[in-house]
Amino acid sequence: MSDFTNGFWSFYVTAVTLVGIVACLLLLWFSGKAKAMTAHDNTTGHVWDGDLREMNNPLPRWWVWLFVITVVFALVYLALYPGLGTYAGTLKWTSLGQHAAEMKKGEEEVAPLYARYAAMAPEDIAKDPQAMAIGERLFMNNCSQCHGSDARGSKGFPNLADNDWLHGGAPDKIIETLTNGRMGNMPALGAALGTSDDVKNVAQYVLSLSGSPHDSLRAALGKSKFGVCAACHGNDGKGNQAIGAPNLTDDIWLHGYGEAAIISMINNGKVNQMPAQADKFSAPQIKVLASYVWGLSHKPGAVAGN
Amino acid sequence: MSTRKSSSGKVIPIVPSEDAAIAADPEMVSLYEAHKKIYPRSVSGLFQNWRWVMVWITQLVFYGLPWLDWGQRQAVLFDLGARRFYIFNLVLYPQDFIYLTGILVISALSLFLFTAVAGRLWCGYACPQTVYTEIFLWIEKKFEGDRSARMRRDAGKLTADKFVRKGGKHLAWLAVAFWTGFTFVGYFTPIKQLGGELIALHMSSWEVFWTIFYGFATYGNAGFMREQVCKHMCPYARFQSAMFDRDTLIVTYDQNRGEPRGARSRKADPAQLNLGACTDCTLCVQVCPTGIDIRNGLQYECIGCGACADVCDTVMDKMGYARGLVKYSTQNGVEKNWDTPQIVRHVVRPRVLLYSGILLAIVLAMAISLVLRTPFKVDVVRDRGSLARIVAGGKIENVYRLQIMNATESAQKYRVDVSGLDGVQLASENEFTVDATQSRWIAVRVQLPYEGAVPGSHPIRFDISAPEHGQHVLEKSVFLVPR
Repeated sequence: MSDFTNGFWSFYVTAVTLVGIVACLLLLWFSGKAKAMTAHDNTTGHVWDGDLREMNNPLPRWWVWLFVITVVFALVYLALYPGLGTYAGTLKWTSLGQHAAEMKKGEEEVAPLYARYAAMAPEDIAKDPQAMAIGERLFMNNCSQCHGSDARGSKGFPNLADNDWLHGGAPDKIIETLTNGRMGNMPALGAALGTSDDVKNVAQYVLSLSGSPHDSLRAALGKSKFGVCAACHGNDGKGNQAIGAPNLTDDIWLHGYGEAAIISMINNGKVNQMPAQADKFSAPQIKVLASYVWGLSHKPGAVAGN
Repeated sequence: MSTRKSSSGKVIPIVPSEDAAIAADPEMVSLYEAHKKIYPRSVSGLFQNWRWVMVWITQLVFYGLPWLDWGQRQAVLFDLGARRFYIFNLVLYPQDFIYLTGILVISALSLFLFTAVAGRLWCGYACPQTVYTEIFLWIEKKFEGDRSARMRRDAGKLTADKFVRKGGKHLAWLAVAFWTGFTFVGYFTPIKQLGGELIALHMSSWEVFWTIFYGFATYGNAGFMREQVCKHMCPYARFQSAMFDRDTLIVTYDQNRGEPRGARSRKADPAQLNLGACTDCTLCVQVCPTGIDIRNGLQYECIGCGACADVCDTVMDKMGYARGLVKYSTQNGVEKNWDTPQIVRHVVRPRVLLYSGILLAIVLAMAISLVLRTPFKVDVVRDRGSLARIVAGGKIENVYRLQIMNATESAQKYRVDVSGLDGVQLASENEFTVDATQSRWIAVRVQLPYEGAVPGSHPIRFDISAPEHGQHVLEKSVFLVPR
């Protein structure tokens, strides 16, 4: 691919480069032939300001060879690598090609590392310190941007260290989530529920489900309208992991806590996406990463959640 | 007469030399100089003894140091792969780079100070270039004899004897050079492990490369390049004159006493022959490793080794004259005929005091800094993933990643505390163990009660302490409260 918009520039750059190199050689040649006038005391006879005399300290002849070497190096380089206009060089080197080769080499180097975990169950991988160190690095470089470096997420990004799961927390489910991504969809249901007062009542009912402070009168009124929500969240409000509907009865508020946040969610809905990682990782990497994520909420001896 | 306009417009005349020699007898020379091989004659005497003392000291340190152990590891090891630098009881991280800067500044100032007081002591006695040249010259002499024998052999035809002597010399040189390269690499790879790999012919390709690289550099520089390095590559030779003055001790020829020079019989009285003390034996030129004539005065090629002073003293002794026609003295000392106490008194002068003062200050600062250094470091990085979150119990939570770097050689427990904002507290575990010489990233959660602070950014402090040695590090960060 040419970076030039006009073929002229390729010739121009080539010519300037080659003429420059030849000029260097010519300069060397002429300076080798030239003679300077000196006295026998190694001065040139030039005197400034009365007593400042110019000395003649010639460069050693072997130094010339260093210049010649640079010229030879330049010519060899220009033959092997791209440098002369659009000429690609005999090695056909490109930065993209080098990147691809290094990635390939890197993958070949780490492949044996992951081979160990191919036969292991994710629950066992989570107990392997080396695998967890790998998993942590993968997580830090690829997941912590959204889920936070302690994996506890933030508003809109689920906490992975508690044992509350939207799409299932079994290792194979986590692998599925990582590989294909997930799309969470809460439709806007304000109109379906009725008036804004109805929406407020339902919001108070949702608050009551988790035992949060609420207006019990409004909550009782809201309960009758909850049927619309129950399609996904279930009659008891405990959600449905198969479709990613959150449990409304616990004290986990992924998209915000309080009446205002719930009303906004009912009226506006929300689409929340976990991007698919299949293109980014190899299957063995996903397995180790999933084991790491699973291990966050299954630490031996630790109490999950907070 | 040619003229040149200076930037101010004033014309600076270029006047032909008053010394008519050039006008009468100019010589056309090439811009490049053919290399003339120098055959330094061997010499013995006071300064030569000092040179050998310095050769032994510097080389015992260089070749010996990597073999010393400190506990379970090499005493001095620069582990570039793991980025840990071990110097006896110190474990340095790349973050301790300031100490390297300090050492370089101290080296530079020491060089200035030594140069101002006594000229090129470094060049003559400690520089690897001259030290290895000295070693290589000694080997050369063992195989090929002294100056005249070497010159004769070089001029002669290739005989079996010449071939064996030259070949033996190069083999000995290569052995020293290779051992030097091996030792150098031994500062970066544990040298005993490297030795094992060498015996098993199992060194890694980079170890082989650097051993050969430094070996070849030693062989080439000390065997062939020699004074060419000092004359054409070393910057110090060129800027030393900035540190010299008329009270700097240099190897100097006492012109008043020596001239007019001339050969004479040992029995003759030089005063009668109208001659100075210099017998024009040219031994001072023959012993010079850079091939100059010290009688022409101070020259940038002179490395201050004192070989000419040593050899001249032997001649003076033979002639029955006083020693010191070529000696360590100052320009003022020679011109004004000062005795030693007078010369020594002039060592104390503003330039020397200034160099010493700055040097002392930096050495002290560095020593204090090393003594007070905490043996661990902490880096606090606010989590880049989440600004702030609200967690159960209505608390605001910020996440931080702490990198704790353990600069001791045993596993250490560290305690993390947070302060600087009312009600701020750590929500995650606060004690961590970091393995010996390892660094570890840990995520800590810091919580603040809801409405514990106005929305915005609030400065907080992490106090990381190592209970075992009672030292602690304070690191600043900020706590963000969302709107």
